Amino acid sequence: MTALAVEALDVHASIGGSKVLQGISLNVPSPGFTAILGRNGVGKTTTLRTLIGQVKATSKKGGTAPIRILGHDVAGWPTHKIIRLGVGYIPEDREVFARLTVRENLRLAEFGTAGVGRNANYDQVYALFPELKQRSRQSAGTLSGGQQQMLAIGRVLLADRPLLLIDEPTKGLSPKFVSEAVDVLERVRETATVLMVEQNVHVVRRLAQQVVVLDHGQVAHAGPASELEDESLVRRFLGVSQ
Amino acid sequence: MSTFVAITISGLALGAVYFLVSSGLSLIYGLMDVLNFAHGVFLTLGGYAGWAVAAHMSQQQGWTFIVTAVAATVAGAAVATFTEVLLIRPLYGRPVGQILVTIGLDLALVGLLEGGFGSDSRSIAVPAWLTGVTVTGPERIPNADFVSLGTGLAVLGALTWFLRATRYGIIIRAGAENRDMVRALGIDVGRAFTIVFAVGGAAAGLAGLLNSVAFSSGLIGPTQGDTLLIFAFIVVVIGGLGSINGAAIAAVVVGLVQSYVSFYAKSGAGLSQLGNMSVVIVLAIVLLVRPRGLLGRIA
Repeated sequence: MTALAVEALDVHASIGGSKVLQGISLNVPSPGFTAILGRNGVGKTTTLRTLIGQVKATSKKGGTAPIRILGHDVAGWPTHKIIRLGVGYIPEDREVFARLTVRENLRLAEFGTAGVGRNANYDQVYALFPELKQRSRQSAGTLSGGQQQMLAIGRVLLADRPLLLIDEPTKGLSPKFVSEAVDVLERVRETATVLMVEQNVHVVRRLAQQVVVLDHGQVAHAGPASELEDESLVRRFLGVSQ
Repeated sequence: MSTFVAITISGLALGAVYFLVSSGLSLIYGLMDVLNFAHGVFLTLGGYAGWAVAAHMSQQQGWTFIVTAVAATVAGAAVATFTEVLLIRPLYGRPVGQILVTIGLDLALVGLLEGGFGSDSRSIAVPAWLTGVTVTGPERIPNADFVSLGTGLAVLGALTWFLRATRYGIIIRAGAENRDMVRALGIDVGRAFTIVFAVGGAAAGLAGLLNSVAFSSGLIGPTQGDTLLIFAFIVVVIGGLGSINGAAIAAVVVGLVQSYVSFYAKSGAGLSQLGNMSVVIVLAIVLLVRPRGLLGRIA
């Protein structure tokens, strides 16, 4: 039976006084891999940040918008409490801690999992990304973009998290690292439900089972990922042919 | 030459006191973006706590001074913790409110101290050896300078260990870079905020006692901390906001410059304040050449 890892109904959100989300409703089935697509500035990143409480979610009238994550009503919860339900978040620009070593970045992620009784699995992370082990004493700020992405992914894989929210994992990566990242995400989806923002339609076609297309802060289309084979749909919502 | 050595040790000791004050300020700003104008009164309360405890001990020996120092440290930590929990926490994200409330707290506590103990300074009882000097050739170096310098080095070592090797140290360093991402890893940054305030307050309380013993003839007065706070802010800006190592380097530079200029320019007419002015000149030069400070993060 398919449950819902994320349920959001008519969610509005503003950043700096401008309305970014204007009534988004989202159901993310579990297990499953759902991709959010859309042009720049339509609210994809804000959607993920709203789900984890970094951006305040409101209803149309300004009250609390209903958001359920992993079966919990998380409206108004602080970010760290939502994450501790078993959510992993990989932000758009990796956001590794540049002045900390690779090992310290991983330890930090371990601290965030301690309260939910999950043991940190360094072996699993180092098996996926051997380079992280070799560079464990290196400052994260000196890593290449691809290595930083490995670290960002490794941080959330330290513990078994049932839900991963991933924002543009291939952004700014060389083709080699894109391929590696996609390989890893293919393995990840076997153990976790994934909600991923991604602009690269090829990546979405390979990984996702469902797609949600955003436009002007609203859900413009939702359906199976196989619909992306229809080039006219891709052109209509993304403005490009891929 | 020997006078130069004595002035250098005095400058290093002064730098150690500046470091104790500025390390907390720098950590608090680095992690929380809070400009804590009440930090000076943490110093003052540390000094008064030391005075109160020392006054209740019949004999002054080495161990009694340690007890006095512990009292000053605990007092600073306790007041800082209450300040964070009761006054700062409700004002996160409201920098103007934080500045106003910390200034208000400083004024209120200084007023309370003046009301309770008077405006005159109180003399802190210390062991005789602490007010003595160590004779090296022709020079007489105050023992209190060595105690200040040793304490500064010990606190620098302890803080470095704390920030590098402990759970909350790593959280504090990460939080100084990106608080939102620390939260997004499932970590309650609020606890780290309280710990940073407590650690900063503890160092400030200890600095209040050492400043009195080494540089104020053993006296503590209600506004002593506020005077020192001005130099501590200068040290934090020169060192770079949020950098403990930067604060340590800047504290040594400021302490030495102030000592050298104060000593060598004191004979000139109208130059008595040149020592303080020299610190401001150093600040201006650093801001012109390196606006983010010696080791500060890029704004």
